[in-house]
Amino acid sequence: MKKQPIKPIKPKLRLEFLSKEDILRIHEAALKVMQETGVRFPSSKALDIFEANGCEVNRETQVVKIPPSVVERALKTAPSTYTLAARDPANDLPLDGEHCYLSTDGCGVEVYDFETGEKRLSTKQDIYDSARVADYLDAIAFYWGPMVSAQDVDASVRPLHELQAAFMGTSKHVQPETIISEEIAEYCVEMAAMIVGGKDKLRERPIFSVMQCAMDPLGHDGGALEASLVAARYGIPTGFMPMPMSCATAPATLAGNLVVTTVDALSALVLIQLAEPGAPVFFAAAPTAIDLRTGGYTGGGPEDYLLGGAFNQICDFYGIPLSMGTMATGAKLPDWQAAVDNVMSTMAPVLTCTDMLTGAGLLAGSKVLSYQQLVMDCEIYSIVKKTVEGIEVNDETLAVSVIQKVGPGGNYLAERHTLNHMRGLWRPTVVDRTPYMEWEEAGRPGAFEKATEIARDILANHQPEPLEEGLVEEMDRLIKSAQKELENKGV
Amino acid sequence: MAKDSLFELIQQTVLEGEVEKAAELARKGLDEGLDPLEIINKGFVPAMDEAGARFSDGRFFLPELVAAAEAMKEAMGLLEPLLGKGGAARESLGRVVIGTVEGDIHDIGKSIVASLLTANGFEVRDLGVDVPVGKFVEEAKSFQADIVGLSALLTTTMPKQREVLEALQKLDATKGVKVMVGGAPVTARWAEEIGADGYAEDAVSAVLEARKLVGA
Repeated sequence: MKKQPIKPIKPKLRLEFLSKEDILRIHEAALKVMQETGVRFPSSKALDIFEANGCEVNRETQVVKIPPSVVERALKTAPSTYTLAARDPANDLPLDGEHCYLSTDGCGVEVYDFETGEKRLSTKQDIYDSARVADYLDAIAFYWGPMVSAQDVDASVRPLHELQAAFMGTSKHVQPETIISEEIAEYCVEMAAMIVGGKDKLRERPIFSVMQCAMDPLGHDGGALEASLVAARYGIPTGFMPMPMSCATAPATLAGNLVVTTVDALSALVLIQLAEPGAPVFFAAAPTAIDLRTGGYTGGGPEDYLLGGAFNQICDFYGIPLSMGTMATGAKLPDWQAAVDNVMSTMAPVLTCTDMLTGAGLLAGSKVLSYQQLVMDCEIYSIVKKTVEGIEVNDETLAVSVIQKVGPGGNYLAERHTLNHMRGLWRPTVVDRTPYMEWEEAGRPGAFEKATEIARDILANHQPEPLEEGLVEEMDRLIKSAQKELENKGV
Repeated sequence: MAKDSLFELIQQTVLEGEVEKAAELARKGLDEGLDPLEIINKGFVPAMDEAGARFSDGRFFLPELVAAAEAMKEAMGLLEPLLGKGGAARESLGRVVIGTVEGDIHDIGKSIVASLLTANGFEVRDLGVDVPVGKFVEEAKSFQADIVGLSALLTTTMPKQREVLEALQKLDATKGVKVMVGGAPVTARWAEEIGADGYAEDAVSAVLEARKLVGA
């Protein structure tokens, strides 16, 4: 068992979901909404920043009207490329607009027990274990979430336990979506600084980044905003993820959904740039539509695929990286529906070269962790990767000389050209291609059984690069004193 | 060149699927006065065993296995006619007549099987494609075949496999010949239904099945 380097996708195939004119119209619509209707920022700190930068602020409703000139100024200071650093520099991820990186899915609350298939509540140990599996899988470029919530630890310092378990489990970049207060953000920065050797080093090598949920439509969460302002101050990349659902928190029409998505993702980036000009920021989004019967989150469907492909074109127009919600099927089991959802929702944003794809391994609409699904999602990623890398045409690949050598009716099996190039063909890990009888004799194993074997092997054997000696204990002490301080503050 | 290093080079060459170079090395061995049987047994046979092992544990893909087999076949074409002259003949696992049945022109599957059988120590007479029933019987008789391999890629030509089988049974000289069937639409059930002795789904299992049929 040997860990391989991260395999990003460098797509050659591209698809336009929106024309240039479409993008401009969505941009103009978003500017109009930000200026005329405004966005709710329930944080006095955020409101102060907007006011100081010439925006119309209503303290009572906490709504800020942001003029286009302010948006444009903010966009100018936002870097369009930067690197998500990792505990192990070999796992650094340059967000260069040319590569797509897959992460785990996150924020689940239950785990399918590996052996029994029973569902149970998630714990801190599950974060460590899932981070270890993500650390091993070469399709996974960074650990997002955490994959599940550490429900066995004190809620006030849960995000700290989660970040600790993630850092212990993987030497890849970590991107939590659970840092939702100033205090916790400070502690997280402190914890990461311990690993890299100080806060200045952390600014150079941000081994974690912060994603927040937006409060669609046209709003944000106060704690999340203030936590991100703290993170940005230390050079930690920040992004806000709207998840507008057509018919509920966004218009029924997909163009209208994109306007809400744009406003909610962009307005927070404007705040960060006004506060910390030049701070690394990213767009994030998981726009979708409700299920028309239940009103619930769908976790898949053609609307998701279209929105997933389209929104990156808007982010490219702004020149800022995007993390798009992909996979995260609504299927309860790793079944046909899961495969359809996760293939399509990965393919669409990859076809517009979306920087970050979030993410693999959860079922039931990002609620339940399944290690088998995680392994199978990585296979989906590898199929998509091979497909979008396209077809190379040159003298060597045209292979005219070998075609002429073999001639009519011959075969290419034993040709040198075949031996030289066959390893460029995609090969399955869990997809079943065995002959029928062999399959039957083996007890009819499908992708699920193969994925089970692989996951079992990783869980039993893979040890991540350990943290420096004494660091875990130092983190423990930090969490303990944080808990005490928060108690005293009455948080 | 020392004998052992020549054998080592032969093994490496076969494993790399260098068809022309393998034959060249066989010729070189002969020029240096080596016994053709020794060249086969110490150079080519271990190479093929290694190729098989690598295929089994997943290090080799089919084209590599076939390329190794082709390299071996090329050299054997040179070495085998010389065997027997010095008294010793190469040990054969058995004789196989193989072909695609009448009305069917699919070649590749059958050719891979033929190639791997040869490389694994069977003597193979490949009759090609679109082979009439009578031709299989005739060749099985004259070649004193232990096994007749029948390939069919169409449901419409599969019944020819039964016809060949029945024709072989009618003749005393070919009555005891084992019959193996294969091809994409062919199933274990079909093989059983027509009374075939062996069936395999892919070329590598076909070699195992053939070995089983000759008790090797």
